[in-house]
Amino acid sequence: MNRLRQPDSGTPAAAAGGVSPPLTLRIDGVEVAVPPGTSVMRAAAQAGVAIPKLCATDCLRPAGACRLCLVEIEGRKGYPASCTTPAEAGMVVRTRSPRLDELRRNVMELTLSDHPLDCLTCAANGDCELQDMAAAVGLREVRYGLSGANHLAEPRDDSNPYFGHDPAKCIVCYRCVRACGEQQGSFAITAAGRGFAARIAAGAAPSFMASECVSCGACVNVCPTASLIERTAVAAGPAVRVVETTCAYCGVGCGFRVELNGPPDTPTVVRMTPSKRGAANLGHACVKGRFAWGYATHKDRVTRPMIRARVTDPWREVSWDEALRHVAGEFRRIQRRHGRDAVGAIVSSRCTNEEVYLVQKLVRAAFGNNNVDTCARVCHSPTGYGLGQTLGTSAGTQSFASIDHADVIMVVGANPGAAHPVFASRLKRRVRAGARLIVIDPRAIDLVDSPRVRADVHLQLRPGTNVAVLTALAHVIVTEGLCDEAFVAARCERQSFVDWHNFVARPENSPEALAGTSGVPAAQVRAAARLYASGGNAAIYYGLGVTEHAQGSTAVIAIANLAMATGNLGREGVGVNPLRGQNNVQGSCDMGGFPHELPGYRHVSDAATRASFERAWGVELASTPGLRIPNMFDAALDGSFRGLYCQGEDPAQSDPDIGHVKEALAAMECVVLQDLFLNETARFAHVFLPGSSFLEKDGTFTNAERRISRVRRVMPPLAGMADWQVTMALAGALGQRMDYAHPSAIMDEIARLTPTFAGVGYDKLERLGSLQWPCNDAAPEGTPTMHVGGFPSRPDGKGRFMITQYVPSDERATRQYPLLLTTGRVLAQYNVGAQTRRTANLRFHAEDRLEIHPRDAGERGIADGDWVGLESRAGATELRAEVTARVQPGVVYTTFHFPESGANVVTTDSSDWATNCPEYKVTAVQVRRQTRPAPTERAP
Amino acid sequence: MFVPGDAAALALGADRVAGAIDREARWRGMEVRIVRNGSRGLFWLEPLVEVATSSGRIAYGPVAAEDVPALFDAGLPEGREHPRRLGRIDELPYLARQRRIVMNRVGIVDPGSLGDYLAHGGGRGLERARRMAPAGIVEAVIDAGLRGRGGAAFPTGIKWQTALAAAATPKYVVANADEGDSGTYSDRMLMEGDPFCLIEGMAIAGLAVGATRGYVYVRSEYPHAIARLEAAAAAAADWLRDQSVDFAIEVRKGAGSYVCGEETAMLESIEGRRGEVRAKPPLPAIAGLFGQPTVINNVVTLASVPAILAEGAAGCRDHGVGRSRGTLPFQLAGNIRHGGLVELPFGQTLRELLYDFGGGSRTGRPLRAVQVGGPLGAYLPEAAFDTPLDHEAFAAIGASLGHGGIVAFDDSVDMSRQARYAFAFCAAESCGKCTPCRIGAVRGVELMDQLRAGDGSRIGLLRDLCDTMIHGSLCAMGAMTSNPVLSALDHFPEDFA
Repeated sequence: MNRLRQPDSGTPAAAAGGVSPPLTLRIDGVEVAVPPGTSVMRAAAQAGVAIPKLCATDCLRPAGACRLCLVEIEGRKGYPASCTTPAEAGMVVRTRSPRLDELRRNVMELTLSDHPLDCLTCAANGDCELQDMAAAVGLREVRYGLSGANHLAEPRDDSNPYFGHDPAKCIVCYRCVRACGEQQGSFAITAAGRGFAARIAAGAAPSFMASECVSCGACVNVCPTASLIERTAVAAGPAVRVVETTCAYCGVGCGFRVELNGPPDTPTVVRMTPSKRGAANLGHACVKGRFAWGYATHKDRVTRPMIRARVTDPWREVSWDEALRHVAGEFRRIQRRHGRDAVGAIVSSRCTNEEVYLVQKLVRAAFGNNNVDTCARVCHSPTGYGLGQTLGTSAGTQSFASIDHADVIMVVGANPGAAHPVFASRLKRRVRAGARLIVIDPRAIDLVDSPRVRADVHLQLRPGTNVAVLTALAHVIVTEGLCDEAFVAARCERQSFVDWHNFVARPENSPEALAGTSGVPAAQVRAAARLYASGGNAAIYYGLGVTEHAQGSTAVIAIANLAMATGNLGREGVGVNPLRGQNNVQGSCDMGGFPHELPGYRHVSDAATRASFERAWGVELASTPGLRIPNMFDAALDGSFRGLYCQGEDPAQSDPDIGHVKEALAAMECVVLQDLFLNETARFAHVFLPGSSFLEKDGTFTNAERRISRVRRVMPPLAGMADWQVTMALAGALGQRMDYAHPSAIMDEIARLTPTFAGVGYDKLERLGSLQWPCNDAAPEGTPTMHVGGFPSRPDGKGRFMITQYVPSDERATRQYPLLLTTGRVLAQYNVGAQTRRTANLRFHAEDRLEIHPRDAGERGIADGDWVGLESRAGATELRAEVTARVQPGVVYTTFHFPESGANVVTTDSSDWATNCPEYKVTAVQVRRQTRPAPTERAP
Repeated sequence: MFVPGDAAALALGADRVAGAIDREARWRGMEVRIVRNGSRGLFWLEPLVEVATSSGRIAYGPVAAEDVPALFDAGLPEGREHPRRLGRIDELPYLARQRRIVMNRVGIVDPGSLGDYLAHGGGRGLERARRMAPAGIVEAVIDAGLRGRGGAAFPTGIKWQTALAAAATPKYVVANADEGDSGTYSDRMLMEGDPFCLIEGMAIAGLAVGATRGYVYVRSEYPHAIARLEAAAAAAADWLRDQSVDFAIEVRKGAGSYVCGEETAMLESIEGRRGEVRAKPPLPAIAGLFGQPTVINNVVTLASVPAILAEGAAGCRDHGVGRSRGTLPFQLAGNIRHGGLVELPFGQTLRELLYDFGGGSRTGRPLRAVQVGGPLGAYLPEAAFDTPLDHEAFAAIGASLGHGGIVAFDDSVDMSRQARYAFAFCAAESCGKCTPCRIGAVRGVELMDQLRAGDGSRIGLLRDLCDTMIHGSLCAMGAMTSNPVLSALDHFPEDFA
């Protein structure tokens, strides 16, 4: 038995929520009490008795297929399978007897009569459940011989870049089939044929790569043999140690186990497997976190600091000391000549909480200004504003687990199947279990119609009309008497509700009046409103399709209004939940990443807060907010901002209107870039400080459910210093002493200075696995559900309704630019692609394509795969077209993962009125067919 | 005139006979109404033509199309003498000695006419049930002692009681018409000959448990039954809606899988999935079709219900022996002179069935073995022929009545070949979900080949394999495959030497 394997109780825990008391039974003489609905197998595991099993595993419902887990139950005939037999009060179970031993041996003998006996050369040798079970049942001989019918000559499927499928090693336990359906929800794997001919197949497809498979790896996780196994595990051999950490991709924040072998200083990652202890993912993963980690040791990694006088000069490798002294000298020189405010920093939502905290501390304490902004500026800043204004707290209200109690799920401007895949699986599972689904999105995202999940209502609105649709939903709720009057009376500001009520009830806010604007039939809006308001527990999940608009903050407010009006806050199954794009968007905001807020969302103008930090840091702090990212670029062009410390961010690809961004970067005197790779922004950098990947440092990430989870170092930083150490050293070079022996000490300081984090500490994280803030004396183990009984951060604890007047964006279709471009992500790539483009995920998505409706394509003579020119008032680029009805007529869509296609060359300076979050989601464009062939350098 | 539209009669040329009668009548300028009834179940006499006369229905058979002109010459329309004339149908000993309760309308009524069904006593059970509380209906079925006719013989009323007690809604009634056992056809005969009786039984079950929708899962090999049922379900739609609880019936066609006759695999198939067995619990009565409480009964079981409601529980309970109450339509097949359907109260002996009704082997050679209860039933030697036809008596000799199918073999049978066939059948029909059945069946065939090639040392492993399949399999398919194998081995060891 492999000692690194995660414990497995065989079957899932009984569904929670029952009020029935536990029942007691005896298993091999041991008395054990379990909740009703627990299997005999799981009860046995609880009693410390491991019953042999092959098809059962505790992340899947039992199948009763392998027939190894037979037991004897007093008073019952035969030998029931313990995985499918529920424990009952007073049951007396025997898991070992000569008879059971014989039966299990004989079943195992049958299994092995169709299995290659090549254990010594098998990649799973030493980590094979079949091997373990053959040993456990004491099989010594396969009496049938090896000359009978078998499947040993079946061809392998090596089509997938990350795992292979060897049918010869398959024991047809159906774990993969069930994992693909139950856990992932893709239903890509099935059994084909019947009887002895029953074999695992990638649906009706000829191979995994050609199938509906999304390479989440769930099937590989559960395979008890080497039939489905990671290529890296085949290459690297068995792991000898495991480190639990947190994924560095999206805001779901999956718990992972890094399996390693080799020397401690230069270990080899055997594989990354999802951790069952990960509260956000419960043992599930997606193609990015599970497989696309090869970038961490990619040959493009820069591991030595480099400087150059001019961006046209070649890079010169220097020591850390020289690099940091150079930066300090340049920043101090700029500040002396151009003023204290002429320098600033951008922090990354991909870095740890501790690193973000240190950078904002560096800016505030050492730079002496508040010129720090986070890349959350360009994604979820409207969430911070909108939820802060209405509910009082800039954060999602629920745990992911809450969705298991939702009756109605409304997904607005989010495509979780691509951007938050592990949460999408959970959402789909809930829909399969009967929850109703409303999708508000300009595109027919996969939730609208995917295997065994179909949206009850899809409001396919025009880009830029979220506020019109959300207000129309409110109109229906108000005018049809669907408000939760009791909740509103008890929990919300009376006058704000009355004002809002009167506003949304106006005829011009009716679905009928707004149908022309939004393009959504009024009847659909009415159906969605009734469903949301009266379908039981209703939960809203939204994404950047809400925030990245000129009215992004208004739309977030409209969402909060809907939840308050219908009483869908303050308990499980309901709430308002932003799906955060990057691993630590929540954390980078929490940690004071914004120019106007100190850690914990406290305004820099608040003297008391400032005083506490001044006392701790031994400096005086500026009381006026600093520059936002777009302001930094504007100021660079007018000459007042000349030095930038950019940590883990690539504004020259990710920010809108890239022409403008590049001009601004080129205008600066000292651009310091800290990153894993020489990215697009590096072209404008004077100093390059090598960054460290999530495998190289300790710290914490905070996911979309406010869950703080540990990131753990599995190898030394390739460049010798982790990012937090670099910032610390830079502060020292600037004369601001920072002295932390370990990131835990940084967290201790955060906890001391931030009331919502007061109870957070590494010891507690070690003990509990993770913590959801607020975590303090009032909630020592954290807060899964916010706003229970009140809105503590609001005056009088009352929620505030706000008017959501729909003001159309200036960005609209014109004769010159008749189509609306909206942007998003695909499953296999991540943001600007710096990580995923350096992995085999390229095999799934090798270029950005422009989705265009057949009608618009036809009018322009564009065929699927043609090169097209994409032009807006900001700029022009070229990419290939994908003709699809997933988009509506008049709307085109692309992703921004590849610098070659440069989607953000086209996006404009239009931004949210409250937060300057760019309007990535609406750009008026023209699309033309390009007659010339593709330039050769575009070949992926 | 009655010319059966039953599949067995059709296979023997009933359509041609009906056409010939119609042509002959028209040629003679006579008005003859031809009713395509079900079969009476005397297959050696099919196509069996009946003529309604003032002295009852007169039977002729077997009739070939070529015989028709001569029959008319002899006075067929008036029921006159002819070498093919068999006399009054209900006086034929084969029928007269039966006790037809479930199959009492099959062959008599026009299966396409709801009016005819009601005119022959149909519908009274449902009428009565509509005036009863659900628990009362369940009570009546329990009181009648009705047990499942599909093979497992589980008390029907108890199953209904479980579904009635289940709180979840909606609930479903599923009629298992995937009659896959070789040599059985009572479900088919009933669906083809008296489809409204099944529909009435389902509607009563619906009332009893609170189900609003019924499915009939029919094997695709029964196209005539499917057509009959679909027509009947459409014709009965208004009749079924005329009750406080709405009830609608949908006919679902199987896709050629034996194991889909296993109730949970059948549910998977109806739900649109691969026909694989589900582990129990949960019992389908608590969480069955689409996860909802579901009553699943065999066709004959459900068809037994209208009479129980109409005539009272005693009509069933007063027949039979021990815990086997009522009648069972036995089906004689294989090497038998008079193959056909024989509905008898439980308790008579196998020998009576085989000789008094079946008339011994068709070849005239001594009967050596019979397989009772389908391809997974036990092979019984002549010494067991006096066993009463009773679930418990059969269980006592390691056999089961199953669905009442009886296949006879004469003394030319090679029982080791039959044992091999049992494994081959299982290998062909296993769903592939559980190891003992999926791999065991194939290893069984291989072992039998080795044994038959002279390697007697394999018998120990063969018995071990049977033991593993009996006690290890997920469903009865794998577990019961050992019945024919072990019974052949135990009763006919000389064939394995």
